Amino acid sequence: MAKEKKEKVVENMETEVVAEDTRKVVLMQGNEAVARGALAAGLDFYAGYPITPSTEIAEILSEELPKKGGKFIQMEDEIASICAIIGASLAGAKAMTATSGPGFSLMQEGIGFAKATETPCVVVDVQRGGVSTGLPTKPSQGDIMQSKWGSHGDNPAIVLYPHTVKECYELAIRAINLSEKYRTCVTLLLDEVLGHMREAVKLPDISNVRIVNRLRPTVPPEWYKHYDENQKYISPVASYGEGYRFHVTGLAHDALGFPTNKASEVAAQMKRLKRKITHNIRDLVQIESYMMEDATVAIFAVGICARSAKAAIKAAREYGIKVGLLRPITIWPFPDDAVKKMLRDVDTIIVPELNEGQLINELHRLTKDKADGKIIPIQRSDGEMITPTHIFRVIKEAH
Amino acid sequence: MANIPQKVVHKYLRHNKKFPHVWCPGCSNGTTLGSIIRAIAELNYDRDGITMVSGIGCSSRMPVYVDFNTLHTLHGRALPFATGIKMQKPEQKVIVITGDGDATAIGGNHFIHACRRNIDITTIVLNNNIYGMTGGQYSPTTPTGDRATTSPYGNIDPVFDICELAMAAGATFVARTTAFHALETQDIIKKALEHKGFSVVEVVSACPVIYGRLNKKGGGPEMMMHMRDNSVPLKATEKMTPEQLEGKIVRGIFKQVNKLEYCDAYANLMSQFNVKEEAKK
Repeated sequence: MAKEKKEKVVENMETEVVAEDTRKVVLMQGNEAVARGALAAGLDFYAGYPITPSTEIAEILSEELPKKGGKFIQMEDEIASICAIIGASLAGAKAMTATSGPGFSLMQEGIGFAKATETPCVVVDVQRGGVSTGLPTKPSQGDIMQSKWGSHGDNPAIVLYPHTVKECYELAIRAINLSEKYRTCVTLLLDEVLGHMREAVKLPDISNVRIVNRLRPTVPPEWYKHYDENQKYISPVASYGEGYRFHVTGLAHDALGFPTNKASEVAAQMKRLKRKITHNIRDLVQIESYMMEDATVAIFAVGICARSAKAAIKAAREYGIKVGLLRPITIWPFPDDAVKKMLRDVDTIIVPELNEGQLINELHRLTKDKADGKIIPIQRSDGEMITPTHIFRVIKEAH
Repeated sequence: MANIPQKVVHKYLRHNKKFPHVWCPGCSNGTTLGSIIRAIAELNYDRDGITMVSGIGCSSRMPVYVDFNTLHTLHGRALPFATGIKMQKPEQKVIVITGDGDATAIGGNHFIHACRRNIDITTIVLNNNIYGMTGGQYSPTTPTGDRATTSPYGNIDPVFDICELAMAAGATFVARTTAFHALETQDIIKKALEHKGFSVVEVVSACPVIYGRLNKKGGGPEMMMHMRDNSVPLKATEKMTPEQLEGKIVRGIFKQVNKLEYCDAYANLMSQFNVKEEAKK
């Protein structure tokens, strides 16, 4: 019975890779897959600062970008790195940086600037363990909330979370595509173990990769508005040096980009930032349902914990336990509808995560029955993984 | 409409930006903006080919008024943003407008590293010796002993010499002038813009409303007169004793050398590969 359920059901999964080239099987690390994916998506510019466990991304791009006419620069710190990619993006580049926790903290002001000024860029955060300097070579999922709320003010986030090396490749492409499409900073969250793990990956032919480029203005410069209020939340964007001579500021701004204190103009900006996410949930949110059709127990997990969960599910199915996995691929915006359905459909939800309860709070937000033991946490923040055995044990207890 | 003769600056100011500007009466920032614009006009640069980037502070509000590609960034971060733009579009003339606090306190690290890389950006530091926008706190260039809202008993901090800092860090064009010497500023900025490499122009500026009032330096005109009477051209310093030089602002071009520029170095690096021209967007 378990066997019939084995193939994974991917809902709302518009993959960036149209067709795989089965001949090209390579052994690849998660970090390398991110770098290769970004290149496939048309990355022009990378600025970064060395930090474990993300450094391989910079190393690979320093080698590859000059070969294709792209730009690589190692900046003096992570603050400079995020600022440099925003500058490059304003000059027309598809731009990216990669870092880990401490660097991600330093980048938050810049991330807010990219979102406020609606400048496309991608930040990869290969999460390391612990608070502060923490555990540079150990995994954690401690930046889930930071990736949404890290920058001050209301700044709606798009955050993607792969769980295999192949998905690192695909989601790196998708991150760049979404940043271009929605004119915003998109974050790609990796687990340390995924960044450093090697798996066999089938790389697609480049012609089979779906590439999205930002909309370009078709109006003459004197008609151009950098944030056109007549467009539906996402307007075409010019680059510096093309004759449009627009102004960009992190201050609250009007449609032309000039600073403003006028409540109606500020409200329009805030509304646009929010609605370009909330009005496109269907396009943005991707989840994977794994053996969920008949499940009475569900596991809700991301990244590496979802892999442990899949192994535990296979084992539990052997014992006849109807257990499945719901895995958000896009964690922000949060897949509210899919989670609400899960909360209705199953008796028990197990939430394994490598932090002290970040995902589980989102589930609590969506349900009133917090106290009845329906949602069971498995939390670990000591730098070690949550094993399939551990999850299996909890499944058996919950069943 | 009547035929009103236009000044050079009007050609470069934005027509769709709501004036008045943010600067206080007596502030010298407008004078320096005039010098910058006239330098650009003399060089006959295309407005589309200029990107002006600034950080946060009084002087950093400058880009919004001018009709170039303009970017008003985060506090201290104008140079990394500018570095990204310049790397991506080396043909753009990139000008950074910054202040003493923006460039040498919060942005000090970016400042020395931009100097070190010798990337072709002209950085104009409007040094008014104070954080004006936040109401008058001491900056790394507030003279020791002077008053600020955060040094009510007199500032105990030693000061940065912005030009010495830039030279030591590797900038290849370094100059100082004052807002009073508007024509000299224009001339020096013109030379800085023509220089291939990282150029720093420190413009000693007047903040009469805050710094001037706290330190009894008089109003705008008095502070301008102080710049006139207390500054000496670099040449004149040769004949002066250290005692005579005490407290004087030395004006002039301190350093102008040719060294491999950063974008050129990157282009050299790329030249070993067969990069197609279309890759340069």
